[in-house]
Amino acid sequence: MSAVGVATVPSGKAQNSAAEAIHVENLHKKFGQLHVLKGVSLSARDGEVIAIIGGSGSGKSTLLRCINCLENPTSGIIRVNGEEIKLKADSHGHTVPADRRQIERIRSKLGMVFQNFNLWSHMTLIENVIEVPVHVLGVKRDVAIREAEKLLARVGLAEKRDVYPAYLSGGQQQRAAIARALAINPRVMLFDEPTSALDPELVGEVLKVIGDLAREGRTMVLVTHEMKFAREVATHVVYLYNGLVEEEGPPEQIFGAPKSERLKQFIRNIG
Amino acid sequence: MPPALPSAARASNPGATLIDALLSASAAGIIELLSPYPPGWGGTLLLGLLHSIEIAVGATVLGLLIGTGGAFGKLYGGPVVRDLLAVYTTVVRAVPELVLILLLYYAGTDLINQALTAMGYQRVDISGLAAGIAVLGFVQGAYSTEVIRGAILAIPQGQIEAARAYGMSPGLMLRRITLPAMLPFAIPGLANLWLIATKDTALLAVVGFYELALATRQAAGVTKAYFTFFFAAGVLYLILSLVSNLLIGRVEAWSRRGMPSLKDAR
Repeated sequence: MSAVGVATVPSGKAQNSAAEAIHVENLHKKFGQLHVLKGVSLSARDGEVIAIIGGSGSGKSTLLRCINCLENPTSGIIRVNGEEIKLKADSHGHTVPADRRQIERIRSKLGMVFQNFNLWSHMTLIENVIEVPVHVLGVKRDVAIREAEKLLARVGLAEKRDVYPAYLSGGQQQRAAIARALAINPRVMLFDEPTSALDPELVGEVLKVIGDLAREGRTMVLVTHEMKFAREVATHVVYLYNGLVEEEGPPEQIFGAPKSERLKQFIRNIG
Repeated sequence: MPPALPSAARASNPGATLIDALLSASAAGIIELLSPYPPGWGGTLLLGLLHSIEIAVGATVLGLLIGTGGAFGKLYGGPVVRDLLAVYTTVVRAVPELVLILLLYYAGTDLINQALTAMGYQRVDISGLAAGIAVLGFVQGAYSTEVIRGAILAIPQGQIEAARAYGMSPGLMLRRITLPAMLPFAIPGLANLWLIATKDTALLAVVGFYELALATRQAAGVTKAYFTFFFAAGVLYLILSLVSNLLIGRVEAWSRRGMPSLKDAR
């Protein structure tokens, strides 16, 4: 997306001049009595690839889903593209977005890729990819279709444009979901464990697509269990433990010389 | 009154009735009786069928609107909306339809007229068609609410979540994602409701609405060819169901376009 991102992917830390695309500050999330996030902060500048790692129940998916308010944070500040998401308390005391239009506008700039693909089953791949550009962003249909064909070709699904998702493998569905996310020309792409629901032999094809996007400077926040992949593509790795950032830094440091005992243990177990 | 028929004239003589019934069973007699042009009664039956279809279509459309609103109200509404809808679906589904029809038809038209006179307007004659559609639609709405609610719950939640994650407004999400995605789950239940609606129109005969059952009774009463006319009416209901099944089958196949056939999975 930005020239800065392309140049700085390998270095990781030296891009403070780039604009901050996502800023999360002191985020708390409670599900009833369960305190899932206990004050997490996170920042993604243009061109950065942030990998969030952590054990099951550490809150990494919840953190990602709070960024576009799929889960409403209990408290904290979220800024996307410099714009703070307005939150208010509803009649039950839950925090909800205060301005529906604002949250819809912000969401339409964030390309989300889900663990279970979540393609719309009543639409063919091309219809899935043009749906948001045409109906949310107001792009002309023929323009959207041309763009969508390019994106499907790019993820290797050009010949599947008129196929319904149920007739495709998981890897193909996830690649189509990535094309759907790219179709909105997102400011940031959010990946929520994009390979966790895939058969092992299909993981590679999806990681290749995501890796290519990272290398061309797409800003991404990626929740993943693929440590080798995180090490390769991330510019910054955040290790969550029990709802808090236990350790963070460039991948060489996190995977090469972890300081925290828990992170050492985690890397040993998962590797 | 329709023009007097030879058979009707003879029917006044009890002795001739038996012979007449036998005669009327003959093929020529039946064709003559069922002819769409007077002195045949076929036209009367077809007009009754047309009225039945009008009522059934109107009631089903109204029922679908109420049902869609009701389902969303039950799923996403506040406590007051949910309670009101629970009362609606419970009461309507608990009381026999015939009782509801009598109650809503007489009480409903009376209430409207009382309200009109209270506001200083003239009393109005409420058309049987409008009243029939309103009454049956109100009943259909309660059943549709539950069918559609179940269908919405059957949508994989991830698809709704994806719609939210991409910034769709509630209205757009309803139109583009929720309704089309719930359709394959709703159609079998809604098809049942449609077929029930076509036959529930016969209940409106009790309030004097001129539909197929009443037309049949009139034709049969005048000609005394009870078997012929009720059999003919039965055939008309059957044809209506068969045609409906054909159309519904197509709509269902279309609504399931993204779903692999179960036949392939055997």
